[in-house]
Amino acid sequence: MITAIIFIPLLGTLAVCTWPQRNCRVIALMFNVISAACALGLWRKFDATATGMQFVERHAWIPAINAEYLVGVDGLSLLLVLLTSLIVPFAFLARPVPADSRGFYATMLVMQSALYGTFTAQNFVLWFLFYEMSLIPAFLLIKIWGGENRDRAATKFFLYTFLGSVAMLLSFLGIYFAKGTFDFSALASLGKNGLLTGKVAWLAFAGIFIGLAVKVPLFPFHTWLPDAYQTAPTGVSMVLTGVLSKMGVYGFVRLFLPLFPNEIRIIGPWLLALAVCSIVFAPLAAWAQRDLKRMVAYLSINHLGYCMLSLFAVAASPAVAANIDTHAALSGVFMQIFNHGITAATLFYFVGLLEQRSGSRRSIGDFGGLMQRTPLLCGWMSVAMFSSLGLPGLNGFIGEFLIFKASFAIAASFTAIAVLGLLVTAIVFARAMQSLFSGPLAENCSAFPDLLTGEKLVVVPVTLLMFAIGIAPQFMFNIFNTTVVQMARLFG
Amino acid sequence: MSAWILDRLWLIPAVPFAASLIVLSLPNAWRRRAAALAATGQVAALALSVVAFLPTVQTHGFRAAQNFTWFTFGDNALQLGFVLDPLAAAMLLMISLVGLCIFVFSIGYMADDKNFVRFFAYLSFFSGAMLGVVIANSLLLLFIFWELVGLASYLLIGFWIERPSASAAAKKAFITTRIGDMGFFLGMLWLYNRSGTLLFYDGGKGCLESAGLAMLGASATFIALLIFFGAVGKSGQFPLHVWLPDAMEGPTPVSALIHAATMVAAGVFLVARVYPLFSLGAINGVTSSLTVVVWIGVTTALMAALIAIAQADIKRILAYSTVSQLGLMMVSLGVGGVAAGIMHLIAHGFFKALLFLGSGSVIHGCHGEQDIRKMGGLRRFMPVTFVTYAIGMMALSGVPLFFSGGWTKEEILHAVGHWPPSHAPYYLMFAGVVLTALYMTRQIIYVFFGDPRASVDHSHESPRVMTRPLIALALGAILLSVVLTPAWPWLHEYLTGEPVHFEIGRLIQPALFVSLVLVSAGIGVGLWMYRKAGVQAGDRPAQIDPLEYAQPALFRFLANKMWIDELYYRTVIAFSWMAARLSDWLDRYFWDGLVRGFGAIGQVFAMFTTGVDERGINAGVDETTVGARGLGRLMSAAHSGQIQIYLGVVAIGMLALLLLYAWLV
Amino acid sequence: MTPTLQAFVLVSGALFSIGLLAALSRRHAIFILIGIELMLAAANLNFIAFWHFAPQPHQPTGVMFAIFSIAISAAEAAIGLAMVIAVYRHYHTTNVDQLDQLKG
Repeated sequence: MITAIIFIPLLGTLAVCTWPQRNCRVIALMFNVISAACALGLWRKFDATATGMQFVERHAWIPAINAEYLVGVDGLSLLLVLLTSLIVPFAFLARPVPADSRGFYATMLVMQSALYGTFTAQNFVLWFLFYEMSLIPAFLLIKIWGGENRDRAATKFFLYTFLGSVAMLLSFLGIYFAKGTFDFSALASLGKNGLLTGKVAWLAFAGIFIGLAVKVPLFPFHTWLPDAYQTAPTGVSMVLTGVLSKMGVYGFVRLFLPLFPNEIRIIGPWLLALAVCSIVFAPLAAWAQRDLKRMVAYLSINHLGYCMLSLFAVAASPAVAANIDTHAALSGVFMQIFNHGITAATLFYFVGLLEQRSGSRRSIGDFGGLMQRTPLLCGWMSVAMFSSLGLPGLNGFIGEFLIFKASFAIAASFTAIAVLGLLVTAIVFARAMQSLFSGPLAENCSAFPDLLTGEKLVVVPVTLLMFAIGIAPQFMFNIFNTTVVQMARLFG
Repeated sequence: MSAWILDRLWLIPAVPFAASLIVLSLPNAWRRRAAALAATGQVAALALSVVAFLPTVQTHGFRAAQNFTWFTFGDNALQLGFVLDPLAAAMLLMISLVGLCIFVFSIGYMADDKNFVRFFAYLSFFSGAMLGVVIANSLLLLFIFWELVGLASYLLIGFWIERPSASAAAKKAFITTRIGDMGFFLGMLWLYNRSGTLLFYDGGKGCLESAGLAMLGASATFIALLIFFGAVGKSGQFPLHVWLPDAMEGPTPVSALIHAATMVAAGVFLVARVYPLFSLGAINGVTSSLTVVVWIGVTTALMAALIAIAQADIKRILAYSTVSQLGLMMVSLGVGGVAAGIMHLIAHGFFKALLFLGSGSVIHGCHGEQDIRKMGGLRRFMPVTFVTYAIGMMALSGVPLFFSGGWTKEEILHAVGHWPPSHAPYYLMFAGVVLTALYMTRQIIYVFFGDPRASVDHSHESPRVMTRPLIALALGAILLSVVLTPAWPWLHEYLTGEPVHFEIGRLIQPALFVSLVLVSAGIGVGLWMYRKAGVQAGDRPAQIDPLEYAQPALFRFLANKMWIDELYYRTVIAFSWMAARLSDWLDRYFWDGLVRGFGAIGQVFAMFTTGVDERGINAGVDETTVGARGLGRLMSAAHSGQIQIYLGVVAIGMLALLLLYAWLV
Repeated sequence: MTPTLQAFVLVSGALFSIGLLAALSRRHAIFILIGIELMLAAANLNFIAFWHFAPQPHQPTGVMFAIFSIAISAAEAAIGLAMVIAVYRHYHTTNVDQLDQLKG
């Protein structure tokens, strides 16, 4: 089942490559629908009360280094598989449509396959393979279909993440030579008593930390992100922020925190400080941006900073954290990664719509008074913005509330500073709404069409999902509650 | 009936929400249907509120909570709930009743607006959220509705979105209240962590009940203060009051509903709701958190009243008056007069809504003119508006006996007078009462008396759809006194949960005379000062305010709102903006510079290795081959192809070997 | 007078020198071959002489070497003559001064 999910997009790549140019989007979407249907089937059959991995497939692969083909899902993996199934088709529908779209869709499908693989692999070698496999399509997508400065941005993105990956790979080789296994669950249980000792432990710690921190990204390893998101075509930005950035958080939850409990405890305050810096500096920088895409990109750093804050808080002082705080932190992080995925992707989608209407301009000063001309576009876009700034009743609030609840219980002073991030985010969006939607209608916006039917069909379901999660989120929690309880024991 | 509503309290906010959603999806042309639908939703909410009111009257100290699990995370459940008690029921009635009047008024006031349908959708949305605030039984649920109320306020202030000033005011309101909300948020988290629940009442386990309070200990002060910070933002208390006067950019019914009667009072309501947190560990009714509440309230009340004297915009005067009255309510809560504060809140809801709607009627009649100096003599053109406005003005000023505001103000003064730590607030509140009477007298003289000045030429009375709500609210402002008098203090006892009995002897009390003196002083000074307002007197030109003429510096200070906006602009906002620019700069040049620096190190290394490769290794290999070829050429020269030379060489070689041999042996 | 080893070596040395002189100085390939044959004969003479005056003359080692050497020289002469004929056919000369195709 999982294997099917992973490889259907690859088949799709082949199909798109051999198909005539005209219909490639339909073909790509078709394969997406099939894999999404498989993912939904997985959700249906998923036993929410069972602990451990489900749908496990295990085959020998490279016996010499103990690398197996081992895939399976628990609540967290399933959540991310569902997120991927949601965001990638959404990204295919984004505008403006890139030129030579056949190659574009084929590359995107490769990336989708890699993402599925990353979230389901339970063996380091396999995981790393998929992890890297997602990097190369992303690089190509920015490099070939990107906007201004694409070469620079793509190279920066590639080198940054690739260096991080190399550091991580070295660390894992070190761990392998010490412990002789690549299996996640085995490593996690070893980690509880300290995986490595002495200098080696710190080296491995640093390597994995940098690899994942670049991916998330965590301050100060974030400078590739604004460039990459700004330059990438809309669809790619959506996938980058919606799914790719979750690989980093996923890595932190799945690998980093279980492997290095002692090390995290020792330098916990520093990690928390980095998370707080992400939370506070990123929206401040967003405030100073004029390019809408760059603005949304900075806010992504801020939103993932919340995840890091509560994860580090729980991991840094497990003795202080009550059971409820650990649960709140993990649940909050899981909610937040899903919510941020759909919200940020939606925001990028809207920026793309504006870009298409204005002829690829997207500076905040290029628009004005849109509410008079395109009320529906503005209305639905505001919903996404309010969701992003954490308005209760929409999805963003749930995760942020739980995250702040847990972090405040454990690291009150850091959290109190982090609240500034919530405030500045609100300022950023209030400013954006003021200059985009209100005031007299700008001259160059006077011919904008409102949301078209096709666009409505894309926007409305996603927005309804935001409302559904914001009002009655239990169905989301059902996916991962058991996993949360199980993981909390690892920290306890 | 009472059991039915207790299980369905959620219906009260849900009905307006549903109406809002349906109205929002109606086409723009369906104006009548939209208004009818929204008003129907409001009527239904009012009916449900009345039904909910009944059980609280029947039993003293009635309280029923209905809790449910919102979601479970891990194996913990997060519970929300609704509560019905006298506080909630009284607020429900006030909000839905005043709300209904304002809905009806809006039908006339907004009749020409092109976004009429959207206006009613927003208004219904606000109504639902506000009703939710008062019946929430969980601080989290209260916070959720609190934020939604803020959203509605944001949308409605910026309703005339094509006006840059409106959207700027909306942004200002949103951000300023959100600053307060962040304090509220932190206080809520702190409370949650200490008491393990956010439910107010949960059969003895709630955070406002003894078991929950016992877990708080010394942190209660900080929690209370953080929550109060939220109330400061929402209720326009100093130092976060700056947004409220600007919020008058919204349509006047919005100002009446949100920025006078209900939402801004939510802060007062919030303090009353979580009062046990404030009063925990009180000695003689005084805690440090309550003391902060008192002094913030006093500062706000006086400052706003002073500023109101020097304003020229009819709505801004009322806005500052609202700020001032909210400060008064806070003082009342701070000194322990919770019931008095809430009574004033409810009475204020009626008469302030009345005043705002009256000002709306005036603005409507004067074709959008808002400057009181350009009005005058309107009592002849707009008799209904004039009479109702005068009733509202007297209620606000606190004229005793017949007006609700008078009774509640006396109640508050009475409570403040018994505050143990200090008598200063008591006397400062005297000044507040005098100032209130003064600025209201000034306003009414400017607007309704004297001769018509500019822009009053075609003034007319408003249509009945607008005057009827005025009459209803005016009646409310008067009739409410029935339940407020000390002779039959029904509302007071209802709120405190004690049985009521009638005693005519208590009607006349010393406080009555105090307040009579104060109000007469205020009105008298006002009449004397402004007797010639708007006309030329002596060497004072007509358009100069008498106070401005007498005290130009003071007047300018007050007219410019004590330069607080400018102060914030130069300090807080400038600082934040600098921080934003700095972050951006750091990102672009410092952090990215570091990265580029690392990149440059890599490049230098690459250049070095290239150099070594090109110049060292590669060149060495080249030289070797060149040398080898030269040697080969040299050697090949010896190969002449002459076999006999070869042979000769062999012979010589052999000879040489022989000689070597001979020499060695 | 009994012949001594010295006399044999002198004769063979003379013979070798004559052969060498012939091989180095004559221009005609045939004469060079003859010179080479002379040097081989000198060598054979040496083999026999040293064998005869060696400590164990009853073992026919020297004869064996001489016979081998003669056989080789015969073969060599045959090949050498054949090559000379082949060269002559190709270049129409047997003057070794002109045959310098192998020069480097």
